Amino acid sequence: MTEYETHEFDVVIIGAGGAGLRAAVEARAQGLRTALVCKSLLGKAHTVMAEGGVAASLGNVYPEDNWEVHFRDTMRGGKMLNNWRMAQLHAQEAPDRVRELEDWGALFDRTKDGLILQRDFGGHRYARLAHIGDRTGLELIRTLQQKAVADGIEVFMEVKAVRLVHDTTGAVAGLVGYHRPSGEFVVFRAKAVVLATGGVGKSWKYTSNSWESTGDGLAMALWAGADVIDMECVQFHPTGMVWPLSVRGLLVTEGVRGDGGVLRNSEGVRFMFNYIPPMFAAETADTEEEADRWYEDHSAGRRTAELLPRDEVARAINSEVKAGRGSPHGGVFLDIATRRSAEYIRRRLPSMYHQFKELAGVDITVDPMEVGPTCHYVMGGVRVDADTAATTVPGLFAAGEVAGGMHGANRLGGNSLSDLLVFGRRAGIGAAEYAAGRVGPITLDEGELEVAVCGATAPLGREDGESPYDIHHDLQETMQNLVGIIRTGSELEEAMAELDVLEERAGRVAVSGTRVYNPGWNLATDLPSMLTVSRCATLGAIHRKESRGGHTRDDFPAADPELGKVNFVQRIPGDADHTGGPGSCPSTRTISIAPEPLLVMPDELQALFEEDH
Amino acid sequence: MPDDPTNGTAPTAGAGAPAPAVPDAQATDEVTMYLWRGDPGGGEFQEYVLPAQEGEVVLDVVHRVQATLAPDLACRWNCKAGKCGSCSVEINGHPRLMCMTRMDSLPPGEPVTVAPMRTFPILRDLVTDVSYNYEVAKRIPPFAPREKTDDERQAGGYRMAQIDVERSQEFRKCIECYLCQDVCHVIRDHEENKTAYAGPRFFARSAELEMHPLDTTDRRELLQRELGLNKCNITKCCTEVCPEHIKITDNAIIPLKERVVDAAYDPIAWLGRKIRRRTKRSASEAAALAPAAGPAAVQPDAPVRGIPMPERIPVPVGTMTGTPDPDADADADADADADADADGGAGAGAGGGDRDGAATPDA
Repeated sequence: MTEYETHEFDVVIIGAGGAGLRAAVEARAQGLRTALVCKSLLGKAHTVMAEGGVAASLGNVYPEDNWEVHFRDTMRGGKMLNNWRMAQLHAQEAPDRVRELEDWGALFDRTKDGLILQRDFGGHRYARLAHIGDRTGLELIRTLQQKAVADGIEVFMEVKAVRLVHDTTGAVAGLVGYHRPSGEFVVFRAKAVVLATGGVGKSWKYTSNSWESTGDGLAMALWAGADVIDMECVQFHPTGMVWPLSVRGLLVTEGVRGDGGVLRNSEGVRFMFNYIPPMFAAETADTEEEADRWYEDHSAGRRTAELLPRDEVARAINSEVKAGRGSPHGGVFLDIATRRSAEYIRRRLPSMYHQFKELAGVDITVDPMEVGPTCHYVMGGVRVDADTAATTVPGLFAAGEVAGGMHGANRLGGNSLSDLLVFGRRAGIGAAEYAAGRVGPITLDEGELEVAVCGATAPLGREDGESPYDIHHDLQETMQNLVGIIRTGSELEEAMAELDVLEERAGRVAVSGTRVYNPGWNLATDLPSMLTVSRCATLGAIHRKESRGGHTRDDFPAADPELGKVNFVQRIPGDADHTGGPGSCPSTRTISIAPEPLLVMPDELQALFEEDH
Repeated sequence: MPDDPTNGTAPTAGAGAPAPAVPDAQATDEVTMYLWRGDPGGGEFQEYVLPAQEGEVVLDVVHRVQATLAPDLACRWNCKAGKCGSCSVEINGHPRLMCMTRMDSLPPGEPVTVAPMRTFPILRDLVTDVSYNYEVAKRIPPFAPREKTDDERQAGGYRMAQIDVERSQEFRKCIECYLCQDVCHVIRDHEENKTAYAGPRFFARSAELEMHPLDTTDRRELLQRELGLNKCNITKCCTEVCPEHIKITDNAIIPLKERVVDAAYDPIAWLGRKIRRRTKRSASEAAALAPAAGPAAVQPDAPVRGIPMPERIPVPVGTMTGTPDPDADADADADADADADADGGAGAGAGGGDRDGAATPDA
C-alpha cells in the first residue's frame, strides 16, 4: 500500500465556485472542520463569468413581485420538468441569500431609494436581477472568497479530484486527487463530501464555459453509484460571440437585451416577434411599439419578445441563420447602439463594451454585435433531495450546476447565481448534519484508491498512443455536430458509435513529460469525465423523443405530455465492471437509463399555474 | 524546428455553424513564439513556429503550441475572456493577460516573447507560485459592517446611495491577475520586502474597505506599520498594467496615504473623527471582536519567497532540451528594458538569482 499525503476533515467540498464557497461558509458556521478542494486558484472558478445578475424577488423595483411569481416563472421556464420543491425553496430563500451577501461586503448597484437595484431578464415577469453592472459573478465569488478566508476555511488550490472513495459500508468517505503543481497524489478522508464542481461545457466546441467545466463531479458521482437526471437538457445560450473564431462561444450577457438591446436579422427585422410560442403569447408583446413601451413601464405593455426564455431565443436565432438571414459570420445582430446612449451602454455594460472593443474591434456603442448560440449550462445533473442536497449515495451531497432538477428543461437567466447561494447553503447544512451523525473512524477502501491512482497515471507510462488534445478535439466536434442545439435520432445514434470509438482511443492515450504542472496529463485525466457526461447527454437525448426546453428533436418537434411527467434517470448498476473504461473508470457503456415519474406538486402550488390559464 | 504548417491546427468549421462568409484563417503567414520553458532549477526560451490565424490572442497561439508541438507546456488559464485573471505573463517584456492580448496588436513579423511573471517564484514554464498574494489577503482585516437601522431592517436591507458605492465598486472590479504586484518595483526585485509589503492589489482592497459605506474597521495604522504603504512611491506602474483600468495609484493609494497621514498628524481630523457618528475600530480591536479563527486558512504554511525571472529573452534556441546553469545568463538585456513601457521597470530585465524552493505545491 502506497503512502499518500492524507488529510482528514468533517466536510470536504470539491469546487470553489459560488456553490462550493457558500457550502463551505455554512459548514464552517456549523462548527465543523471544513476544507475546499479546487482545480484552479481560489477566485478563478467559472462563477466569475456570470454577468447579468442574481434572481431574487426582493421587490425593490416592482413591489408586486414575490416568491410565488418567481417560482411560477422558474417552473414555466423549465417547461414544468423541474423538481418543484427545489424551485420553491429557491424562490423563497433567494432574497435572504442576496441580502446576506451585502452583509458580507458585496456592493450591488442601487435604486434611487438606496436599495439593491434589479434588472429585467428573459422569462422573469418583473425586473428581478440584483446586479453590479455586468460583472455580478465576480462580485459574488469575491464576496464569498473573502468571507471564506475571514472564516479560516482551509483551501487546497489546484488539486484535481480524480475519484470519490467509499468506506467499507458503501458510503462516500473521501476522495483521491492530485496537486497539479507537483503531480503528487493527495487523499482526503471526510465524514461528508459536497460536490460543487459545476458544468460540462468543455465537451462541446463552442461554449461559454472555462476549461474547468469537464463534468468531473457529475462523472465521479455516477462512478460512485449516484443517480443523475435530465442530462439531455443542455442550455445553449442564445447570445455568444461568433467572431473572431478564437472567441467564438464567449458569452454576451442577456443584460444587453434586458437593458434595451434587440435582435435583428440581416434584413434589419426584429425577428423575435415571429417566434412567440403559445405558452408565452398572453404575456408577450406582439408589436415593437408595445415592447418598447414595456421597457419604460411594465404596466404600459407586455414584455418584449427578445426576453423570451433562452431556449426559445436560441432556436429562433438558429432558424434565422438557417433561412439565410444571418450575419456575415453566421450569427444575428444584437443592437443596442441605436437604442441607448453611449454613456448608458458604457455604464450598464462595461465588460461587454471592453470585450467587443478589445477582442473583436467592435464599438458596441456604435455598431451592432454579431451573436449566436453557445453551449452554456447543463440543467441536468446529480439527483438530490431538495431540502438537504443529499444525493442517492450516503455521505455525498451536491449543489450548483452539478446538481440536477432545479431548472427542469431550461434555466432562466439569473437563476443559477441564486441556485448556488440557496443550495450551496443547504448542502453545507445537509453535509454538516450528516457529518455530525457519523461516528467512528473513517476507513477508506484501499482498493478503490489504488485503482484510481493507477488509472490516472497510466497515460504517462505509454510509449506511443493518442494525444489527449486530439481526442478532446474530436469529442468536441462530435458533440457540437451531433448532440448540439437541434438533435435528430439518426445523428444521436451516430454520436453513440463515435463515443464508443473515442472511449477506446482514450484508453490508449499517452502523454509526455512528468506529472509536474503538465496540462497534457491533466487533460488526459479529464477525458474520462468528459466522455462520461457526453454519453449521458447523448443517451438522454435519444430517450427523450420530444422537444422540451433546451432539448430539441428535429424528428419530434412537439412536446409530448406523457414525457413531461418523467425524468430520465441514469446510473451505473452495482454489478457493472467498475474498471472497464479509460483511466480505470467504469466504461460509459455500463450506464443505464430509465424514465421515472416526476415528484408530485402539491395542490396549493399547482393552483398558481391554473390561475393563469 | 517545427515550422511545417501541417503541424498547426486547421480549424474546421463545425457543421452546427454555418460557413463563415469570410476566410477565418490565413495560413500563409507564420508566427514565431519564444516561450520560456523551465522549472525552479532553470530554463530558457524555446522557439515555436506556427501558421498565423486571423483574430487570435496570445493564449490561442499558446494553446496551439500545446496541442501540436509541446503537450506538456505549462500555462495557467481559465475563462479566456479577461474575467478571471489567471493567464498573467510578460509578453515582450510587458505584464499582460494572454487572453486579452491580440496577436495583431503586437509588432507584425516579429517574434513574440512570453515569459512568466518575474516577481513570483517559478513553478514550471509560464506558471508561477502566486501564494504570496493569498498570504497577504489573509492579513487584511475583513469587512465588518455597521448595524442596520430600524428603517433598513424594515426595508429588508442596507440603504446606500449609488454615488457612495461607486467608489468601492471601482476596486471590486479587480480580477486578481496580480499584474500590479508583478510590476511593483518594491517587490519585483526585492524579495526581502515581501514580508512587510502588501502591494498594489491589497492597497486597492484596503481602499475599497476604507471607502465602503458600511465598514467600521480602521486599517490605517496597520497599513502604515505592517503592510508597507509608505514604501510605495507612486510611480503608477500598477495603474499602467491594470487590465481592468482601475486607477490604483490615484484612487486607492494616494487617498490611503492621505488618510494615514491624517490619522497620525492632523489634530482637526482627529477631533472630527471623535465627533462624527460613525467611528471605525482599529484592526486589533476588530480582530478581538471577530469570531475565533478556525483552522488555518488558505495555504496555511506556504512560505513567501521566490523571485527573479529567467534570464532574458530570445536567444532563439533550436533544441527542446537543456537546463543550463540558472545563473549563467545574468547579463541584463538592454533591449528588454528599452521595451518597457513608461510604466517603468516592466521589462524582463536581468534576473540571475535563486529560484530554488519555488515549487511549493499550492496545497
